Amino acid sequence: MAEYIIRNGHVFDPVQGIKGDKADVAIKDGKIVKDNEVSSKAKAIDAKGKTVMAGAVEIHAHIAGPKVNVGRIYRPEDKLFTYTPKKGNVRMAGGFSIPTTFKTGYEYAKMGYTTAMEAAMPPLFSRHVHEEIRDTPIIDEGAFPVFGNNWFVMEYLKNNEVENTAAYCAWLLRATKGYAIKLVNPGGTEAWAWGLNCLSVNDPVPYFEITPAEIIKGLIEANEYLGLPHSIHIHPNNLGNPGNYTTTLDTLKLAEGYKAKNKFGRDQVMHLTHTQFHSYGGDNWGNFESKAKEIMDYVNKNKNITIDTGNVTLDETTTMTADGPFEHHLTELNHLKWANVDVELETAAGVVPYIYSPTISVCAIQWAIGLELALMAKDAMRCFITTDHPNAGPFTRYPRVIKWLMSAKARETQINAFKHKDKVVSNTSIAGMDREMSLYEIAQMTRAGPAKSLGLSSMCGGLKPGMDADVVVYDFSPDKPVANPDQIETAFSRAAHVFKSGVEVVTNGEVVNNGNKRTIWVNAKVKENPQVMRDIQEKFLKYYSVSQANYESLGHHFIPNPYAIEVDATR
Amino acid sequence: MAAINLNLISGRTIQQGVAIESGKEKPSYRTACGIIELDPSDLKKLGAWKNTNVRVTSDYGSVVVKAIETTQGPHPGLGFIPMGPWANSIVNPNTYSTGMPTFKGVPVKVEVAINEPILLGIELVQKQCGVKVG
Amino acid sequence: MTKTVTDVVCPFCGTLCDDLEVVVSDDGKQLTEVYNACVVGTEKFLHSQAKDRVTSPRLRQEDGSWKEISYDEAAEYTAQMLAKAKKPVMYGWSSTNCEAQSMGHEIAEMVGACVDNTAAVCHGPTLIAVQDIGIPSCTLGEIKNRADRILFWGCNPAHAHPRHMSRYSIYPRGFFTGKGQKSRKMIVVDPRVTDTAKLADVHLQVEQGRDYELLNAFRVALNNEWLPDVVAGIPAGKIREAADLCKSGRFGIIFFGMGVTQTLSKNHNIDEAIALTKHLNEFTKFSIMPMRGHYNVTGSGEVLGWQFGFPYSVDLTRGFARYNPGDTSTIDMLARGEADAMFTIASDPGAHFPISCVKQIAKVPSVCIDPHLTPTSGVSKLHVPVAFVGIEVGGNAYRMDNVPIDMRKVVDPPAGMLTDEEFLTKVRDRVKQLKGLA
Repeated sequence: MAEYIIRNGHVFDPVQGIKGDKADVAIKDGKIVKDNEVSSKAKAIDAKGKTVMAGAVEIHAHIAGPKVNVGRIYRPEDKLFTYTPKKGNVRMAGGFSIPTTFKTGYEYAKMGYTTAMEAAMPPLFSRHVHEEIRDTPIIDEGAFPVFGNNWFVMEYLKNNEVENTAAYCAWLLRATKGYAIKLVNPGGTEAWAWGLNCLSVNDPVPYFEITPAEIIKGLIEANEYLGLPHSIHIHPNNLGNPGNYTTTLDTLKLAEGYKAKNKFGRDQVMHLTHTQFHSYGGDNWGNFESKAKEIMDYVNKNKNITIDTGNVTLDETTTMTADGPFEHHLTELNHLKWANVDVELETAAGVVPYIYSPTISVCAIQWAIGLELALMAKDAMRCFITTDHPNAGPFTRYPRVIKWLMSAKARETQINAFKHKDKVVSNTSIAGMDREMSLYEIAQMTRAGPAKSLGLSSMCGGLKPGMDADVVVYDFSPDKPVANPDQIETAFSRAAHVFKSGVEVVTNGEVVNNGNKRTIWVNAKVKENPQVMRDIQEKFLKYYSVSQANYESLGHHFIPNPYAIEVDATR
Repeated sequence: MAAINLNLISGRTIQQGVAIESGKEKPSYRTACGIIELDPSDLKKLGAWKNTNVRVTSDYGSVVVKAIETTQGPHPGLGFIPMGPWANSIVNPNTYSTGMPTFKGVPVKVEVAINEPILLGIELVQKQCGVKVG
Repeated sequence: MTKTVTDVVCPFCGTLCDDLEVVVSDDGKQLTEVYNACVVGTEKFLHSQAKDRVTSPRLRQEDGSWKEISYDEAAEYTAQMLAKAKKPVMYGWSSTNCEAQSMGHEIAEMVGACVDNTAAVCHGPTLIAVQDIGIPSCTLGEIKNRADRILFWGCNPAHAHPRHMSRYSIYPRGFFTGKGQKSRKMIVVDPRVTDTAKLADVHLQVEQGRDYELLNAFRVALNNEWLPDVVAGIPAGKIREAADLCKSGRFGIIFFGMGVTQTLSKNHNIDEAIALTKHLNEFTKFSIMPMRGHYNVTGSGEVLGWQFGFPYSVDLTRGFARYNPGDTSTIDMLARGEADAMFTIASDPGAHFPISCVKQIAKVPSVCIDPHLTPTSGVSKLHVPVAFVGIEVGGNAYRMDNVPIDMRKVVDPPAGMLTDEEFLTKVRDRVKQLKGLA
């Protein structure tokens, strides 16, 4: 493997506390090494006047799986004017809000993202998720199976059987080669199978008679019992409704008193995702307002929580989520085409296009809320940038979000462009906020923070020798004042150099190598649990529509390059 | 002997499924698909006994198949030829810009053709395509 | 002593039964018995080892006879044909695994082909309708466990998906449907008294081709508004009764098939059926699901979807993907005489396309990849037999409800025979050389 030495760049690495100092970064055998460990044959990359960071880590995006593909298939219009033809070994690529898998890998790489987590994997469809992950070039990926509406989980937790829940979770993570315990609208999506929902953490699930609060607490306990790399990752109940911030606070409070138990450097017991959608005040669309302050006051005080923003980017996009009832609600609102799939024993999914128009006051307020959350964050290691791609906007808009966070002027320009600027000013605090995130904080919010939250801090998110050589050079000078905030967006859209596992994959904003991506999954070992194994067998015989052997069948052709993280939870 | 006008549809049958897996070159394929299922009232109008060879003609082609009495009736006025090369010799190929031909709902004329043979499946297609078979 | 291979997945229809048991001889070479499959699946397994099976590629000679050639020669012929053509069509894909489909797409991208699958003559109109209006749906296990109102509209599972009713839709005792068939009410809409209709609680013998009006009348009935005395041959009273029956359920499903996709209104029928399903959701939980034909046509749509963004009729001739059914669809391209090479795999357009299209296939350079002798192989210039997916090689497939199931290998293919994927890999490697991309 080639050796590299990236010289004279301004390095921003929260893992080593480097805040823009000029330093060299050396790459050898796929890892970061000390400068003096590379030979004279190392290829020199001139990073003078440029910004150097680790590869970014996407903690939550819908990029691989059945509902993503429903989005692609049912929106041929999403491909219009977006296609780039095949060039050499770079495959043809198209799609705006739901890019094809090739485009997904290429666009992430061009922005300097080198690791991404598929936010929700319906376990029955794990083969589909992994096929798409396999066909996404360059970036390492993992996927979160969903547990919050799972029949096994609900039955065990109704009886407070945490150890059985943990054993089942470990089994499912292995059967689906999944990464973490994800909850989406806990309980509410099972209710949706009957056309109902759970809008508060105390609404009992029809028939199963367990509340979302009980499901959430039980899964926190199971997660810590196992000591998994990531905490539970939760999309709370009541997404998208005015006034829902109370449900969000109720959800966050369930983490009180729990401490993270794991060997991966993770400190949080709950990661609350796309928080923007859950920070709404008012009680109707007319008096809709931001409660970002109330949410961030709580998050800032409670250090066992991490969040990601879910920034609205003001685009026409496609919403897709395992919050089935929400998607039905959305299609009743905007009358755009609605797809829905209820998944036996496990979950559901819904897909509806959405247009976040700057002429609509609600959309403008949503935009503001997403930014407020980050600007109010006291600890940038606990608040990460996402767009819940593609729900609040395509991930290709991250550079634009970074621009808004780094430049008060850019925010002001956007605020002034809103048709209902007055409502944005009165119903949020965005107009008064002059904080500008630094590059170091951006690195925390897009690299070191998400990596740590995911339990991957020894592998990625930083430039410490021993870590994977995922390194990015941006054509952006931290020395010079930014004449035009759009320069930020341009620089972060097309990196000058991107290395993934020590291989140069992007040069001058163009993909030059398809890389050798890995699929990261968690192999948690628990002590033998014959009861859970029997319950699994029984449910497959009686209720599933596939056999257990076929459910568990996930051969090498699905995951040609697996990377298993071993967890020993036997006691 | 009268000719009758019918509305033709085509589709799957279990026998068609078994026959295609046995081999479309075999006589079992012709037995399964080289047929037209008719309502007894239509057979009567036609003046034919069941299991008689008939010629079915549409605006798009003509084919000889065996007329049998339907097992999924009554459906007077409707003729059913299982999906396959016999049906596709006469269905409406027009897609009307949808990409899908009009396999169901084709007006046809049915007349007795006792002395005309029913070809085997592959043979029927090769003949109509003018393919030389060595 | 024989061995029994369990959890075998049947490679016939979109029901994708995965509970088959196949008994093989002690040395693992002979398939002797098949349990749990329907008669069609059983025939597929047992016939795969017929003595008269074609085991070598063959090239048609001037005098119409076949000459056996090697797989390498066949790959050379195929690569040359595809590389030289201006608008090659690569059609079929529905009876092979996703790995082969993906390899085929690599080739298509390099040569600038039109890639299409059997949805073209099956559920293409459904895909068009879904692109207009979306689709509320579910997995088959949800039907098994929850559904108490089952509609079969324009489909005949007794003949086309023989184990569907026993595995998923009518007979199973699920979690909330412990009384099995007695928990459910079944409505069939079909112009004939099909074997499926004979099992129904209600059969609406619709006038052939008038499904659109009947679907629309259902919606009017849901709104309790005025209807004419008879719509599409069905008395208004019966329509209202059926609509009320649907409303009174807890979880309903409309299964539909060629009766609505292949009749004149095509995608408009499906549009209306999906609109009806959405409308029913105002009263109770309702879903809709197409009865997919081939066991992996859904998979072809999925792979085309994530790789190119469109589920069928994908035109790659300009170097980027375009999609416009009616323009980029195989039937229309053949009808307009635009295809100058025809590559058929895992399907039989020779038998299932209108004859005017098949005549076009016979006119141009053509390759047919199929273990069987078919009308397509009968008019193609090159016939390449391959191993049976699901019997002699595994690989991923997608059921009619989009659930992915990995097919199993039960026995080896005859000596020297390649799989689709292996043959396509040879073609891909040769095309790469021809296009200067190696």
